[in-house]
Amino acid sequence: MRYRRLRDRIVETLLLVAGLVAVFTTLAIVAVLLYESMAFFAHVSIVEFMTGTMWTPLFADAHYGILPLVAGTLTTTLVALLVAVPLGITIAIYLSEFAPHRVRETVKPILELLGAVPTVVYGYFALTMVTPALRVLMPELPGFNMLSAGLVIGLMIVPYVSSLSEDAMRAVPRYMREGSYAMGATRLQTALRVVVPGAFSGLAAAFILGISRAVGETMVVAIAAGMQPNFTFDPREPAATITAYIVQVSLGDLPHGSIGYQSIFAAGLVLVLMTLVFNVVGFFLTRRFREAY
Amino acid sequence: MVTMEGMRRDLARREVLDRIFVLTGLVVMLACLMILAVLFIDLVRDGWERFSWDFFTHFASRHAERAGILAAWVGTTLIMAVTAICAVPIGVAAAIYLEEYAPKNWMTAIIEINVTNLAGVPSIIFGLLALGLFVYQFDLGQSIAAAGLTLALLILPIVIVATREAIRAVPKAIREAAYGLGATRWEVTKDHVLPYSTGGILTGMILGLSRAIGETAPIITIGALSFIAFLPESPFKSEFPFISFDWLNDPFTAMPIQMFNWISRPDQAFQANAAAAGAILLGMTLIMNGVAIWIRYRFRKKINW
Repeated sequence: MRYRRLRDRIVETLLLVAGLVAVFTTLAIVAVLLYESMAFFAHVSIVEFMTGTMWTPLFADAHYGILPLVAGTLTTTLVALLVAVPLGITIAIYLSEFAPHRVRETVKPILELLGAVPTVVYGYFALTMVTPALRVLMPELPGFNMLSAGLVIGLMIVPYVSSLSEDAMRAVPRYMREGSYAMGATRLQTALRVVVPGAFSGLAAAFILGISRAVGETMVVAIAAGMQPNFTFDPREPAATITAYIVQVSLGDLPHGSIGYQSIFAAGLVLVLMTLVFNVVGFFLTRRFREAY
Repeated sequence: MVTMEGMRRDLARREVLDRIFVLTGLVVMLACLMILAVLFIDLVRDGWERFSWDFFTHFASRHAERAGILAAWVGTTLIMAVTAICAVPIGVAAAIYLEEYAPKNWMTAIIEINVTNLAGVPSIIFGLLALGLFVYQFDLGQSIAAAGLTLALLILPIVIVATREAIRAVPKAIREAAYGLGATRWEVTKDHVLPYSTGGILTGMILGLSRAIGETAPIITIGALSFIAFLPESPFKSEFPFISFDWLNDPFTAMPIQMFNWISRPDQAFQANAAAAGAILLGMTLIMNGVAIWIRYRFRKKINW
């Protein structure tokens, strides 16, 4: 009995340590980003970093304005959302309110495969299929552009948005729908006026997750958007995002401790802060619109 | 005034809208599914000429038609081994802790928040973490070990969440029966909870690994090489002790890195190689996901509490 109790104690401690790995990972991410960024900001003024419109850290004539990378990131994210939100919501409403049980159970896992496709494969798709297809409509479109990268990222996050939205809509209690039907509403009216507002907090959470994915997506933009930091919000132009810049620098052979090496950590810090802002906004949105049944 | 006739017309109009929506929903859904098919067919068609035994047994080369993915698939296999060996035990242990042991206090809350947060951290940030911590601080260098550990941290939340769900599905009554017979908490977990949740745990593990296999950004960041014409040290030796871990320290490339490298070459001939590598990569991911879905389905059907 003593032995068994001792063994239980040891096991519990080991399990706790495993649980703490997640905490240490978060701490390590924050520590590494802050440590290297601090070294970066010892050379570069924060004002220049936040307001400069030129990003050329690896050139002889170095400029350290992050705005072009932020603009690229926001533009591709916006294009992605313009695809993912309407498609995702339509699929979610269809699956949750209209589709027969069997269809839902079959389609959902297959849709989730869209989100499992390796992003480098999506990059190839954007570059060799989507861009040439867009060029038929827009002959002026350059080979690298944010539009096709954004469209493909949008497609990739459709399953995240639709799956979470569907879960949220299914959580709306049945009697609310029944009340609506009893008033003479059709399925579509019930879906749009009762279920969607009722599930709003869940839908907001789904969009926020979609935004986070789009902001952090790397390979599609690195392959299809070109890697030229370009201060523009026009999706038809080539540009670099924060993530694409990090990849570009990592592909070269930058010496450890150089300013170029530190710059990717500063860029990474901005990326983390951006996702954090979206998550906080999402948190408050969800709280603000939480429906109590 | 509202007449019967008017109401009927109104209802008919609204029902048409319903039907239009059903059609839209179906079209949108099918379009998304079609794209998956188009993606796969396109890759296979573009890379068709390159599928051959030689493609698997040759190193990368400056000549597109002689280049193969030998170093890439060996690298991917070894990295996945490290990832699985690290992520699965830690992830399952963490999940057991959170489901079976954790008291409701601030420490548990912090762990839970961290797991959720890690799932939302962009993958390239894990690359930066690994570059600063594993490559330079722990001095692992740009090695298979560093890559495997990085991906292990990346998929940890997936394994934890899936395992927790599987554990939660085991009914309370089973635990209570075991406790009633005098089993300790660990005995209940080891002999009852874990065996009954194997299906869910396997599903999580496969989903995690299928995510890791396609991840490109974090291992580019730690410095995967895109041109490697040698294999890592073999893990099996002819003399005692027959097993060697030297390969952990070797530089590496992986399937997605190899594909990315071929895509970025201006020479058109390499695009076929990229497509062929992509088709293989996509095929592996789809098979792994299919297996995961199948396991989930089978275990759900088999178990009758």
